[in-house]
Amino acid sequence: MSAISELSTLSRRKGKATAEEKKANGRDNKAAYIFLLPWLVGLVAITIGPMLMSLYLSFTDYNLLQPPEWTGLDNFTRMLTDARLHNSLGVTFTYVFIGVPLQLAVALLIALVLDKGLRGLPFYRSVFYLPSLLGGSVAVAILWKQIFGTTGLVNQVLAMFGIQGPGWISDPSTALGSIILLHVWTFGAPMIIFLAGLRQIPHMYYEAARVDGATTLQQFWRITMPMLSPIIFFNLVLQIIGSFQSFTQAFIVSGGNGGPSDSTMFFTLYLYQKGFGQFDMGYASAMAWFLLVIIGVFTAINFIASKYWVFYDD
Amino acid sequence: MTTNLETLPASDKKSGNAGKPTNHRKPRESRGTLAFSRAQRGKSLMKHGILILAGGLMIYPLLWMVVSSLRPNEMIFREPGLWLNSLEMSNYTDGWSALTHPFGHYMINSAIVVIGSILGNLISCSMAAYAFARLQFTGKKLFFGIMLLTIMLPFHVVIVPQYILFSQIGWVNTFWPLLVPKLLATDAFFVFLMVQFIRGIPRELDEAARIDGAGHPRIFLRVILPLMVPALATTTIFTFIWTWNDFFGALIYLTDPDMFTVPVALRAFVDSQSATSWGSLFAMSIVSLLPVFLVFLFGQRFLIKGIATTGIK
Repeated sequence: MSAISELSTLSRRKGKATAEEKKANGRDNKAAYIFLLPWLVGLVAITIGPMLMSLYLSFTDYNLLQPPEWTGLDNFTRMLTDARLHNSLGVTFTYVFIGVPLQLAVALLIALVLDKGLRGLPFYRSVFYLPSLLGGSVAVAILWKQIFGTTGLVNQVLAMFGIQGPGWISDPSTALGSIILLHVWTFGAPMIIFLAGLRQIPHMYYEAARVDGATTLQQFWRITMPMLSPIIFFNLVLQIIGSFQSFTQAFIVSGGNGGPSDSTMFFTLYLYQKGFGQFDMGYASAMAWFLLVIIGVFTAINFIASKYWVFYDD
Repeated sequence: MTTNLETLPASDKKSGNAGKPTNHRKPRESRGTLAFSRAQRGKSLMKHGILILAGGLMIYPLLWMVVSSLRPNEMIFREPGLWLNSLEMSNYTDGWSALTHPFGHYMINSAIVVIGSILGNLISCSMAAYAFARLQFTGKKLFFGIMLLTIMLPFHVVIVPQYILFSQIGWVNTFWPLLVPKLLATDAFFVFLMVQFIRGIPRELDEAARIDGAGHPRIFLRVILPLMVPALATTTIFTFIWTWNDFFGALIYLTDPDMFTVPVALRAFVDSQSATSWGSLFAMSIVSLLPVFLVFLFGQRFLIKGIATTGIK
């Protein structure tokens, strides 16, 4: 059971105590708060405190040296006219809305091929899973920088066929594409979740469908997809939230500047430059809250849309 | 909505979930005529073909990086193949000493951060998980909901004030900003993972211990912790990999080369080198990936179980 389904149960069951809770009517407040103490301190000092602080800072001008100066909505009106910020939003949206569906489609496709009791499954699974463990590292970003460079591996292979490839990461029109490809390359983790989900679909559904003369394609659309939809949804929500925050790959591949000509300037990269390059902490805080709102809105849209396509079998 | 993912491809049919109807699928061989099975063999051959091709494509860049790190530098720009004529170790010796400190220095720094983070996560998250899974207390639902929400919170929202806080304490260029959040269970994901696991442990065991006069600390330490070793292992492995790869935190807090962890050291290496020394850069990249690869080899079972049950990256 996932954190997401847990959250939705929590909101659905509001007020109603479970039988278990009624039975144990004795409360252990003291013991519980002692066990929760590290988490509570963290929640206040590392999460909620800083969140409120950054909300405050987003209305100020602050450079770490002088005390924050209240500027009202200045940072937000600046964001309205900041062309580089608009560009970074475009880059991030392109990355998220091409990269995530593409990655999930590949993950689902490979999971479907792997699912049907294939020999050597553990081996294949390992091979496909490994990149998703390494993909977030600086080392792999370095490898990517070489592979898609002017004299990189991709162009060496193309040269064998007499094709002169472009400098993928030095050309603004293909740089983002090569980083999206790196994201797709890490499809192993969602693939594992899909595999676990496929295992949960009762085999009798397929048998019944086959008796009724359903084709493989019909079985896929009428059984596999509806049964798997909660897991697709779960992957979609998590991958979108995660991808909006991608940073390392674009940072390393572009040498930290989001180039060429801002074509890989992710929102997070721009935030980093503003906050930790120019120490424009007020503006960076405003950007961070804007990012939170964007992620919140897309997650909410996801949840609302899920009512129309996610099928719960309970 | 209970998408019960506890049936895992990793754990095979025999292990673990004995009582549950884990596999609804009939044994593969038992159905069909000869013609049918021949058609299936063809299909399975085609599948293997697709998988080998796709898997090869996935892994090729990594293999090529390993091979290239053992080649003379200039060959990296013109040899896309995997065959090696001779072993060239100079990339490794050059790369190891290319930065201010030998590369081992950065690996030790990373190891300190990794071990501290693992201990922090194990202690703080298991304590919180015990409270959420076993104790009744005022505000439990609210706190539990908040905990779940923090899993999805983008860290950028807190990074600026956190940085201000830690720099005012004077912790920039120490490991504390990377370690203290782990000691305070801010990786809520692991709290959730452990809550899920503890819920699966029969309550009768707690009851028995309570009848014998054990208090909560004792039940936690003597009953629950020993039984949740698989969840602790999953936490250890994921914390290891995520912390070892963590770039953003180290980039912000560690600016002194003495304190560099492996990812920021590699980044400094990329920046300092001209485009011609890919060999030693590759060599150190491989050195940096090696611990993760080893953890993958030996901890795969826990990794796959962890992902499949809770669905994370």
